[in-house]
Amino acid sequence: MAKIVAGIGSSHVPSIGRAYDQQKQTDPAWQPLFDGYEPVKRWLAEEVKADVVILVYNDHGTEFFLDRYPTFALGVADQYRVADEGYGRRPLPDFPGDADFSEHLANALVADEFDLTLCQEMELDHGFLTAMPLLWAHDEDQWPVKVVPLLTNVIQHPIPSGRRCYKLGQAIRRAVESYPEDLRVVVVGTGGLSHQLNGERFGWINEAWDREWLQRIQDEPEALADLSHKEVMTAAGAEGGEMIMWLTMRGAMAPQVREVHQFYYAPMTTGIGLLALEDDAGAQDAG
Amino acid sequence: MSDNQDRWGIPGTYVFDLRLSRRGYAINKMCHSLRLAENRDLYLADEEAYMTRFGLDDEQKQAVRERDWLRLTQLGGNLFFFLKLGATLGHGLYPIGAQMRGESLEDFMKTRNVPGAT
Ligand SMILES: [Fe+2]
Repeated sequence: MAKIVAGIGSSHVPSIGRAYDQQKQTDPAWQPLFDGYEPVKRWLAEEVKADVVILVYNDHGTEFFLDRYPTFALGVADQYRVADEGYGRRPLPDFPGDADFSEHLANALVADEFDLTLCQEMELDHGFLTAMPLLWAHDEDQWPVKVVPLLTNVIQHPIPSGRRCYKLGQAIRRAVESYPEDLRVVVVGTGGLSHQLNGERFGWINEAWDREWLQRIQDEPEALADLSHKEVMTAAGAEGGEMIMWLTMRGAMAPQVREVHQFYYAPMTTGIGLLALEDDAGAQDAG
Repeated sequence: MSDNQDRWGIPGTYVFDLRLSRRGYAINKMCHSLRLAENRDLYLADEEAYMTRFGLDDEQKQAVRERDWLRLTQLGGNLFFFLKLGATLGHGLYPIGAQMRGESLEDFMKTRNVPGAT
């Protein structure tokens, strides 16, 4: 049986990708960030040893246009290409998919009333790409894990509610656990934390909110799932509203979780958050 | 500009909802086309013709001519799309943001925790 072995929350920011590609790991402005991800990268490599990563993200006007915009879209391919966002393709290997596992997820999730758009081709922009090399080491043409991209519309309202994202995560857990193969699955929710890139309020960051979010998503995700978009965007900025994608990850975890690592850094225009969770085994035995 | 702020009630913010998206569809469609290098060349060769081809109205064209990113936002331009126009014209995220705030880039950078992390 397949099983969810870790849940990760991680921001996605283009400047992190640039810093990575330009090897700014020891640049004083960037070192705190790369150091902050290092313990999680090590934990994933040495203990978690995932086979497949389901990564929840949004596209940023790269692969999906407003002419037809899916609310949720799932990759069902064996390969996903790195997109060109207008500055050239990042020097990262393309990603191997797991089409059989995706097919199972598609069947299970649609049967479970999540009517997804299914994609045989999907190029991946920074929404997907940012976290990957910070969490998994790759060489020139290979990743150590397969991926399943799960796109969420967070750019054109109406966007799904936090509650809907949370429930989708719960459905993903059921779907994973009904897959006969012994796969070790990590769910990554990306986006946020606070930031705003439009209007006079450009540059808005709310560190207190972000730090609370990193704690509350562990202890009271249901309360976060009940927040309206207006509440989240007022506190966390218009583009910060995308942090509902973390709730999909959280819904896929057990009700009780254990924090493996937490990191926060807000250097420029985004509160960058990282959270690594696993199911709380003690609580599971008891229940 | 506050049709959007009346709907959402968040100051200094233009929530990209379906109404704003419909208003700005021509802008965003044009900007989306600029992810391709050959279209960036066409744009730079004749901006007016390119805007006309995508059906921008006079207000939208004027905002593009003036590189007025706040006005473009109010007219339905979405930053994720118009960053591709910015890339074509050599306007990056931070200068665009500073302009929307009504600040110089220098003053905006002073408000950041670690201005070296760009
Ligand atoms: Fe995003």
